[in-house]
Amino acid sequence: MSDLTKLTLAGALEGLADKTFSSRELTEAFISAIEAANPQLNAYVVQTPEKALEMADTSDARRANGGVGKLDGAPLGIKDLYCTKGVRTTACSSILGEFTPTYESTVTQNLWDEGAVMLGKLNMDEFAMGSSNETSTFGPVANPWRRNDGANATLTPGGSSGGSASAVAADLCLAATASDTGGSIRQPAAFTGTVGIKPTYGRASRYGIVAFASSLDQAGPIAKTVEDAAILLESMCSHDEKDSTSLPVETPNWRSELARPIKGMKIGIPKEYRLDGMPEEIEALWTKGTEWLKAQGAEIVDVSLPHTRYALPAYYIVAPAEASSNLARYDGMRYGARVSGDDLTATYEGTRASGFGAEVQRRLMIGTYVLSSGYYDAYYLRAQKVRTKILQDFQQVFNEVDALLTPATPSAAFAYGERSDDPVAMYLNDVFTVTANLAGLPGISVPAALDKQGLPLGLQVIGKALDEAACFRVAAAIEQAAGFVAKPERWW
Amino acid sequence: MSVTKDDVKKVARLSRIAVDEARLEELAGELNGILGWIEQLNEVDIEGVEPMTSVVETNLPMRDDVVSDGDKVDDILGNSPKAEDGFFVVPRSVE
Repeated sequence: MSDLTKLTLAGALEGLADKTFSSRELTEAFISAIEAANPQLNAYVVQTPEKALEMADTSDARRANGGVGKLDGAPLGIKDLYCTKGVRTTACSSILGEFTPTYESTVTQNLWDEGAVMLGKLNMDEFAMGSSNETSTFGPVANPWRRNDGANATLTPGGSSGGSASAVAADLCLAATASDTGGSIRQPAAFTGTVGIKPTYGRASRYGIVAFASSLDQAGPIAKTVEDAAILLESMCSHDEKDSTSLPVETPNWRSELARPIKGMKIGIPKEYRLDGMPEEIEALWTKGTEWLKAQGAEIVDVSLPHTRYALPAYYIVAPAEASSNLARYDGMRYGARVSGDDLTATYEGTRASGFGAEVQRRLMIGTYVLSSGYYDAYYLRAQKVRTKILQDFQQVFNEVDALLTPATPSAAFAYGERSDDPVAMYLNDVFTVTANLAGLPGISVPAALDKQGLPLGLQVIGKALDEAACFRVAAAIEQAAGFVAKPERWW
Repeated sequence: MSVTKDDVKKVARLSRIAVDEARLEELAGELNGILGWIEQLNEVDIEGVEPMTSVVETNLPMRDDVVSDGDKVDDILGNSPKAEDGFFVVPRSVE
């Protein structure tokens, strides 16, 4: 039998339906692949082979009796940000110690309800704060892609969903859950030649997902193809009473949108996404993407989003502010690791100093500072007003166009340590993605080409609120035109 | 606005994060770098603009004020660093 791990999610579901192979066979193939690859890639922080085989056997039994779910028997990886009942969940932070949830996140429950199989928990930046996976307490994840210069430098898969992206790119799961607060799905997808979508804020429940910045956090998938991303996102989304910001809307059938031609669609090209010093190859790819869409009958419209450059600085007020409030709960009293001090305050301070990594501490202090007495108006209130301006920019252009096309990232994957000296340089990774979070809009990253160094580059499509369908249609058109089939050469 | 060592000390205290005296200088530098970069927001004309409170126009849902969950003492204490007789055990907080 050919290597089952190389299948797409759609292909695997077909093979399972045809009984070409069983879920047990498929799951066993992934378990062996993970065992062999994980020492090098470090994509999984918890492996659950026994649970996976048990779920696979149950799925096979269900299939024998008829009555299967949409994902029945499909082995998936789960970002460590999602609470999984009985399986350690730490958001890759030491402060959660050996925390083992006694409940399940709504998104993962939706997947299990459709028959999916869990292979384990995927590595990520601590509390999803990072763009390179270097802040994980379990060590960084390796990108399966390497530069073609023969130096074999280990590259980052991006972050924060680096484990998800690496696992999908290296065929260590059919697809994975991820999450996106400022670009944490789309940037790693772009760095690894995979597809990632952040849906509209409120599409997927945040219940049971460890909170970072609640007004920005949104769940979504990383997958091998646009179709796979549509399949997984359909099952992840639902209205959920346990999340007050969950939207009471039906989840559309996005998979059926993919074949719809883009002829007649109006695609905006926002001029502010053309940055000084942006690599020529990214600029060229963006132009190529525009031509692909034009060739398929879309109308290209130059548009302006004048407040784009203020998105990242506004984000670095809003996100740390919300994080400083959300992460106040980690005090060593009710769960996680406690470091005892001379008095209660010393216990809190010692617990948090030893439990949080450097980047998390930095952001908590920024958040506390911008919310502190005397600074609130100057920073937080101003940032929330700028956020309104950013949303208004989008609302205005969406009167004219159906979707926007932009680069996904300002560079290809970089090596460990190349950006970690300067926090602001690291933050700039999210310059093209963060706007969609601030405005709550759906955004998809789709691989479109390899650069001169042999590394994948992605394009991003941003849609109107609740119009993921447009994102999927345009992304499918790009995928088809790009014919991106490259896979990393196996070295692990 | 420039963050001093004393400001870092104060913010660290408010954040309940112990910071060694030796690291204060370095942290002040980092925070100043980030806050300096953020200052560019001052260029934006925000006169008469409402601060964002929700990205998607929606009303917060109401629900009946009834108990819908509970009786989960073991679940709740399951991950505690220290628990006894159905309670969390915490350090003395009142002298």
